[in-house]
Amino acid sequence: MMYQIRDLHLSLPDMTRKPLLGPAPRINILNGLSFDVPQGAVLGIVGGSGSGKSTLGRAMLRLLEPTSGSITFDGIDITHQREAELRSMRRRFQMIFQDPMSSLNPRRRVGGIIAGPLKLHGFDNPRARVDEALDMVGLPRSFASRYPHELSGGQRQRVGIARAIALRPDFILADEIVSGLDVSSQAQVLNLLEELVRELGLTLAFISHDLSVIRRLCSRIVVLHQGKIVEEAETAALFDAPQAEYTRELMRAIPLPDPDQVWI
Amino acid sequence: MRDARSELTRPIGVRLWLSGGWLMLLACAAIFAPWIAPQDPLAQDLFLGRMPPFWENGSEAGFWLGTDSLGRDVLSRILYGARLAMIVALVAGTLTCLIGASLGLIAGFYRGWPDRIISRFVDIWMAFPPVLFAILLIAVLGTGLTSIIIAIVIIDWTRFARVIRAEALSQSAMDYVASAQVAGRARFGTMLTEILPNVLPTIVALLTLEMGIAVIVEAILSFVNLSISTDSPTWGGMIAEGRISVHQAWWVLVFPLITLFLTVLSFSQLGEGLKDRFDPVLR
Ligand SMILES: Nc1ncnc2c1ncn2[C@@H]1O[C@H](COP(=O)(O)OP(=O)(O)OP(=O)(O)O)[C@@H](O)[C@H]1O
Ligand SMILES: [Mg+2]
Repeated sequence: MMYQIRDLHLSLPDMTRKPLLGPAPRINILNGLSFDVPQGAVLGIVGGSGSGKSTLGRAMLRLLEPTSGSITFDGIDITHQREAELRSMRRRFQMIFQDPMSSLNPRRRVGGIIAGPLKLHGFDNPRARVDEALDMVGLPRSFASRYPHELSGGQRQRVGIARAIALRPDFILADEIVSGLDVSSQAQVLNLLEELVRELGLTLAFISHDLSVIRRLCSRIVVLHQGKIVEEAETAALFDAPQAEYTRELMRAIPLPDPDQVWI
Repeated sequence: MRDARSELTRPIGVRLWLSGGWLMLLACAAIFAPWIAPQDPLAQDLFLGRMPPFWENGSEAGFWLGTDSLGRDVLSRILYGARLAMIVALVAGTLTCLIGASLGLIAGFYRGWPDRIISRFVDIWMAFPPVLFAILLIAVLGTGLTSIIIAIVIIDWTRFARVIRAEALSQSAMDYVASAQVAGRARFGTMLTEILPNVLPTIVALLTLEMGIAVIVEAILSFVNLSISTDSPTWGGMIAEGRISVHQAWWVLVFPLITLFLTVLSFSQLGEGLKDRFDPVLR
């Protein structure tokens, strides 16, 4: 198992309601999640806005520390590990962010952005690896000397993907990575991701609020609502016979690509 | 996959040329003053008192911008005055910047207790009126170049701390900081390699501004006779002396005043100009 998540709870302090003295009240964002991500799986995590998808993703990558429960990555309990202990493992789980405008440092060149993590983890010959990563995501090697603002939205997202795969991770979390793109670049980025997962044998968790995107990419789906899992099933099973009312609601929200095809 | 955006080269703006040019000129004047000054800036000659600049009737050869009431050459005094102005600008500006920007960066990036302590200090500091503060400090420290520099640093570090803290705070919320953590970069390293390049343009703009302010502060302090001993020429001292005899010899007041004005203006424009030229992010 790549990930085993058991009874995961996470609450954050609510600074807006913090009293003058004493600690801020905490809001519960994740309320007891349990699921597995098998090796090589492509797991979809769906849910409406504010359902806690990003929070779950950030907890899995240990950008946030869970309040209780456990997260096990490849047999290692990382729930409460300190940053220094995590550092050497961090190469193995990577993330692609939603907004590349924010996740790519605007004052570093693409080459530096991709090479930075490589140097940190002591990869030899980072330049060659940067070129290789750019090749894999279908960007010209000359882009290494560009700044992020000199790229288009789709190209920027490819840089985000290149940065993640250059480290040869075991697991990648993709948080709403196509929601900022137009339909044709969406399709291109999804195709690319599909290909990379196959070629590199990656395990992928793909967060989205859009079931039609999840459907084409993922083998298994977790449906999140208010910090709880309301349904977990194989993709085909979920689309054939959704169990939870919330899942049916989400499905009604997606446009039908083919008028003859009836899903519900 | 090819577009021209990266091939745009930005011309060096007029702003950068003019301000940079003037400051280069001043720097040369400061360094080479003993060789290029036409006269000894301290030499008095009562027979040569209040000579007008060279284009007016009754001017004396070799005293291009005239002489003051004691017969000292105005041009030479301005050139020597540049030494002090430049030293104060560079040393006080840089020190203020280093101290203020580091504290601001730490407060904005680490938040928590470092931020609480630093922000509290900034608030207390800002409650003092700066000119009064400066005069008080000089009274305690005694006059002299070092005292002026120390006074400027002590008073003005908050300007950097406040602005850089706010900037670092907003940059820390960006995903590239989270992304550095995903890559396994340590906190301190993230601050230096990710946040610092993004606040650097602001730091440079503030630094040049601060250098201009340092020149003004030095001039004000010499104006009220709290700066260096009166025999080494300073622009502020010249302005103070020129003010007394402005009706008989306007040039003693006007030339140092113009020099001071151009210098302060150039410092403030230099920051903007550098940003236009070197910041990779077009705004
Ligand atoms: N730093 C924070 N402090 C307090 N509450 C937060 C914080 N971050 C998120 N939340 C709250 O947690 C809940 C879940 O947020 P999260 O970002 O995980 O949602 P999401 O499912 O990713 O939504 P979206 O689809 O809009 O991205 C939201 O109600 C949000 O208001
Ligand atoms: Mg989200």
